[in-house]
Amino acid sequence: MVDKKHENQTPSLEEEVVLKEGADVVKPLTFSKWVFTSLWDGIKKLGLSIWGILVMLVKSFLNIFVYAYKAVIWLAKKIYGIGRDFVMYFIKGTWKTKISYLFMGVGHFFRKRPLKAILYLIIQVVFIVYMVLPQGGGYWLSKFDNLGDIAYEIVEVPNFDPITGEITGVIEQTVFRDNSMLIMLYSVLTLVIIAAFAFTYFKQIKGQYLADQLEKQAQESLENRLAEFNEHGTVNGIKVKEAPVYEDLLPTPKQEFNQLLNEKFHLTTLAIPSITVMAFTILPLIFMILLAFTNYDSINGPPSALFTWTGLATFKRLFTDKVGGFSVALGSIFKWTITWAFFATFTNYIGGMILALMINKKGIHLKKLWRTVFVITIAVPQFVTLLLMSKMLSDYGPLNETLQAWGWIDKPIRFLSNKDTARVTVILVNMWIGIPYTMLITSGILMNIPDDLYESARIDGAGPVIQFFKITLPYMLFVTGPYLITQFIGNINNFNVIFFLTGGGPNNPRFAGLYGETDILVTWLYKLTVGGAKQEYAIGSALGIVIFLVSAFISLMLYSRTSAATSEGDFA
Amino acid sequence: MKKEQVFNEVSEEEVMLEEVKKPTKVKGFKSQKFSRAFTNTFIYIFLTILSLIWLFPIVWLILNSFRGEDTGLVKYFIPQEFTFDNYAKLFTDPNMPYMRWFLNTFIVATFTCLLSTIVVLLTSYTFSRLRFKGRQNLMKGIMIMGMFPGFMSMIAIYFILKGMGLLPSGTEQVPVANYLVALILVYSGGAAMGYYISKGFFDTISHSIDEAAEIDGANKAQIFWHIILPLSKPIVIYTALTSFMGPWGDFIFVNTITRGRREAWSVARGLYEMVNGLGQLPKYFTVFCAGATLISIPITILFIWMQKYYVSGVTGGAVKG
Repeated sequence: MVDKKHENQTPSLEEEVVLKEGADVVKPLTFSKWVFTSLWDGIKKLGLSIWGILVMLVKSFLNIFVYAYKAVIWLAKKIYGIGRDFVMYFIKGTWKTKISYLFMGVGHFFRKRPLKAILYLIIQVVFIVYMVLPQGGGYWLSKFDNLGDIAYEIVEVPNFDPITGEITGVIEQTVFRDNSMLIMLYSVLTLVIIAAFAFTYFKQIKGQYLADQLEKQAQESLENRLAEFNEHGTVNGIKVKEAPVYEDLLPTPKQEFNQLLNEKFHLTTLAIPSITVMAFTILPLIFMILLAFTNYDSINGPPSALFTWTGLATFKRLFTDKVGGFSVALGSIFKWTITWAFFATFTNYIGGMILALMINKKGIHLKKLWRTVFVITIAVPQFVTLLLMSKMLSDYGPLNETLQAWGWIDKPIRFLSNKDTARVTVILVNMWIGIPYTMLITSGILMNIPDDLYESARIDGAGPVIQFFKITLPYMLFVTGPYLITQFIGNINNFNVIFFLTGGGPNNPRFAGLYGETDILVTWLYKLTVGGAKQEYAIGSALGIVIFLVSAFISLMLYSRTSAATSEGDFA
Repeated sequence: MKKEQVFNEVSEEEVMLEEVKKPTKVKGFKSQKFSRAFTNTFIYIFLTILSLIWLFPIVWLILNSFRGEDTGLVKYFIPQEFTFDNYAKLFTDPNMPYMRWFLNTFIVATFTCLLSTIVVLLTSYTFSRLRFKGRQNLMKGIMIMGMFPGFMSMIAIYFILKGMGLLPSGTEQVPVANYLVALILVYSGGAAMGYYISKGFFDTISHSIDEAAEIDGANKAQIFWHIILPLSKPIVIYTALTSFMGPWGDFIFVNTITRGRREAWSVARGLYEMVNGLGQLPKYFTVFCAGATLISIPITILFIWMQKYYVSGVTGGAVKG
């Protein structure tokens, strides 16, 4: 028994006392001393953990800047390297390379690679045509610096009499001119196209320069072999009759095709994903980030008005505008978002684990039945159950009415229409949604916990509760750390539960329906932009950037914690 | 039966063996047995209560779908009359073309499933098994982009789709098919970003298999098609399953893209209208329940059938160990 206790890494104070008594140590701990030591211990631990959390917070916050700095440095170095090579290739390259600076593909043509030559030529022609067309890239970029001069014009057009066809006078007609939104969108598209073209252009030049090297190599080897042949009549020591000829070292089209299935297979596999991600993720993302630096709102919105660049004014408005309520809303929503994410994650995590432990406990029958009952609730689409719950829990819904009919309550419990109850309800309903999910995920892992850990704990007399907190939870935290982080970030962005259950409500009365009490950052973002009449697109974009920073900050913080845990090695 | 072994059911024999081993170390054989029986009874009671709580809303949903006396929200839980009218209404009510929505969602889900699965598998295979310049930076970039909220870019996507001519730019109408294509593009366009889970799976396949194949003269493409893919059945099914289920539960993208065009709505958007549309709740609540029950059945069966793959998919990628 005593041996087992020594295995325990950190024996608690009581255990130490027992140990000492067991070893007949003649120094009994007095009660006052015990109180003092444990209090001091507690204060020390608390202080250390608060200090640790503070240090971690500051570190993670600074880390964002460190990473941003590193990224900028990396980019600068990359650009410098490309610029240097660009000049170097021109100076050192042959005429074939030099002419490729002006006309893409000409070098390939003279190196007897006509297919590639035509391809490059087409790319260059298409690019130039796109840039100079009347509604092409050049047109949009020229308007990019102020996002348009005139939103619409009122022109007078002759009015024809519908019957006689004669001109009876003039009527005013609105003709839309510049649309800031389209200017921005097409400018971003053009910038992406320019970047892609520049990349291709540079690759082409680099390819030409490398081809130069290969040709030089081939020429040198030919000269060597010729010299050898002329002197001894041999090539590489073997007697041959005919003079050696020039060998093309450039890969043939067939070789290049095979490369795409082998060493360069990643180019093949990533071709389609990168185009779709470019069109549906990167392009919109750049657009939206840029939008945060404009004044696009319900007043300055196309087509009837223009918006323009305003620098950091939108961020200033989001963080300091007390009159419009944005800063008040942001503060309140931010606090609630973090609270929500914390409770939503941990209630589900611990609840799901307890459920899994109960179902998988030895001696419990009908395991399959219990599991299926809970799995059914995951399988039913979330929006269905959430909408259903929102109706069931409404002020005059069946739950309130039934409770009143039974005489349990006098007036309806305002599950979803009072700030505090609504927040609790949201977390409880989320438990309903999420616990079976965690149960399903953790079941398999829970079964992998080494049985001897529990065995020794049982021998030491630990009950199921202590076993859970001393063995199960630490083990699971160790193994499912990354899963927990993704869940936490997922809950910060958990749109569905809030939107379908409360729609963000109840409304905060102060700022004319600017936000609701259960709104989290993402649902507020939705409300401010596409989900309502507010049309605060600039603020919405700035908010999106804020959400990004929060997610990045938390991921950095938590990942650095878990990676520290992993570097310690196996769970013990 | 085999899949159940994941959860490691303990046979009666083992339990008995355990009990035989125990008593040497514990005070009394009987008290141990009693306390175990007590705990188990407690657990049974607890599990029963929890099951009731968890099943209650679903039972209520099904009961409501058969309710005959009122189409709105009523004060009590148990219906007084039962009828199939609500189900019949799904197919006949021209104001709520449920069949149309179901078909739309099914088409979108099928194509999304096909495209996303291909894209996700290619991307994750590339990042897991191939080594090339810029791989790390590409992965970092994708991770960073993934931290922006997904629908932040919705407005831009809407205008891109408009620019592609898929969505109406003025008052003129476009065919429903255009909306469906737009939705398929939106759902599968960014799918490559969610490559983590299947990458985690590919990472677990031993590299010596690749090496052996390479020595035999296979190129990377052949290794992917003939060796890795056949070994990756669980993750292929997981990816297909999740991407198929995505469009059934999505609301925001459908709402933003289709706006007021009812014929182009998905089931989720339509059902939302039945309960949250202006003045629709009293008329359509039971119909909503019928519609919800109807789509829940196939999805539930699919999910229960595939849950093994689902679990191995999630735990393979997001959990270490």
